[in-house]
Amino acid sequence: MGMTMTQKILAAHAGLETVSAGQLIEARLDIVMGNDITIALAVPEFEKSGAKKVFDKDKVVVVLDHFAPNKDIKAATNCKCCREFSRENELKHFYDVGDMGVEHALLPEKGIVAPGEAIIGGDSHTCTYGALGAFSTGVGSTDLAMGMALGENWFKVPAAIKFVLTGKPGRWVCGKDVMLHIIGKIGVDGALYKSMEFTGDGIRYLTMDDRFTMANMAIEAGGKNGIFPVDETAKAYLDRHCKKAYTVYEADEDAEYEQEIVIDMSRIRPTIAFPHLPSNTRTIDEVGDIPVDQVFIGSCTNGRMQDMETAARILEGRRIHKDVRLIVIPATQDIYMECMEKGYLATFIKAGAAVSTPTCGPCLGGHMGLLAAGERCLSTTNRNFVGRMGHTESEVYLCNPAVAAASAIAGKIADPDAVACGVKNGGTGCAAN
Amino acid sequence: MQEARGRVFTFGNDVNTDVILPGKYLNVTDPAELASHCMESEDPQFTRNVKPGDIMVAKKNFGCGSSREHAPLSIKYAGVSCVIAATFARIFFRNAINIGLPILECEEAAEDIAAGDEVSVNFDTGRITNITTGKIYQAAPFPPFMQNLIACGGLVNYSREKIENM
Repeated sequence: MGMTMTQKILAAHAGLETVSAGQLIEARLDIVMGNDITIALAVPEFEKSGAKKVFDKDKVVVVLDHFAPNKDIKAATNCKCCREFSRENELKHFYDVGDMGVEHALLPEKGIVAPGEAIIGGDSHTCTYGALGAFSTGVGSTDLAMGMALGENWFKVPAAIKFVLTGKPGRWVCGKDVMLHIIGKIGVDGALYKSMEFTGDGIRYLTMDDRFTMANMAIEAGGKNGIFPVDETAKAYLDRHCKKAYTVYEADEDAEYEQEIVIDMSRIRPTIAFPHLPSNTRTIDEVGDIPVDQVFIGSCTNGRMQDMETAARILEGRRIHKDVRLIVIPATQDIYMECMEKGYLATFIKAGAAVSTPTCGPCLGGHMGLLAAGERCLSTTNRNFVGRMGHTESEVYLCNPAVAAASAIAGKIADPDAVACGVKNGGTGCAAN
Repeated sequence: MQEARGRVFTFGNDVNTDVILPGKYLNVTDPAELASHCMESEDPQFTRNVKPGDIMVAKKNFGCGSSREHAPLSIKYAGVSCVIAATFARIFFRNAINIGLPILECEEAAEDIAAGDEVSVNFDTGRITNITTGKIYQAAPFPPFMQNLIACGGLVNYSREKIENM
């Protein structure tokens, strides 16, 4: 029996000819990543283990993004701990305020992650890098600590679900909608312990930013990882960003999949996840009248350049609803800079948005826009669990950046077509069609 | 023989890390302080009512969401001796084993056991006994590799020898 793409990468990193689903292996790691939340908890475990130095100072990545710029004194203490650890270990890839970005937007942009690699990160959305054909998965702080010390970790080889993507996504539909549609279909544990392998000729219509969003949300279906083939789009992205040599793995033709699900992307509509699960989805045509207090455009899911472009195109020359707070956070310094150069920051500010330096902040109810009891936020982020962005009696709805921008103008969840009629198509992603 | 015995607190499907330990407390690293916020969004009285040794029983996909180890740490340091669920989300599963919080997967027990029942668990055999009703359940056994990891007292102890030999 052949192997899936994920199984091939794991076999290569375990020094084995073949592996099969359910097998427990110990695999070598190419990149181990952590942030100010998870490194702060990993450092004591690292020290407890007797480790003196990280296994390779070029392969351990620390990004201060969750509660940075420091939201309070405890966060400041955690960031200080990460800073000292990174300096002591002479880490090549340490990103502090001023050059940091939201980690899962930052690592691909900086060329730190590459196809065929085995990557763990102390953050559940580490699965993002599967968009580039890597095996990449989230772990907790003890796994992170031992990964940093040893450069290896144990894994259960996952079974896989094959998603065959066909058709071209329609107007205002992007990777976020495809993924919310999938999660709505299979549930928040529909891919539990499994890899989600994306295939099909529809992939050519997905930009890299679409794919990052989709791989990012594999965890929202319970997946161990999400992974895309390395096609011309991915190679073109890598040519621009990554100087590392890499290996491209392809699934065997006779690879075993537990399930095969065909998704016709041409039939997907802009999709919203209602409280309090990412699987609680409805299309934009089914939402009804839902006024919103706050709209957030940003995060590791949808804070990339394509997302900013889409939002700017809709907000250009318009003003948001008087009862809405709009927060826009470009995910990295490079994206922030590009937004400035292209005039998007001015567009956002003139529309009435607050624009911030990169941080995960509001997505996880950390800082920069928490919600009070009874408040409702429409957000381009990845989770809408009870209390995710603040008070337990607040609500989070998830959507793509086009719907977010249109809704900020309308004051309620709105179809971009209804708000932004006359907005020209063109560009990439959501508005490309 | 390792055993746990305590009173049961029950929870539903998809109990996620945001309700186990809300994001606003992720600036905390002290386990005792984390424990004081355990399950706050789901059951604000939980930390007041839970006693050392008590057991959590949940339905499917317990611990889904974030990778935050703060979540299983808060449960462990709240005094919970064991979590039984129909299924666990994978990062939570790893984290629990790595930090030495005993967990067992058993769908039947997860469906059956009621809040307030007195339950005992034998970790060597995976046998769950509902002392209140007299009913016995068998949890899925851990593979030998994980049993060894658990017997070592978690991943740090398991890795120590390897680190010494590096």
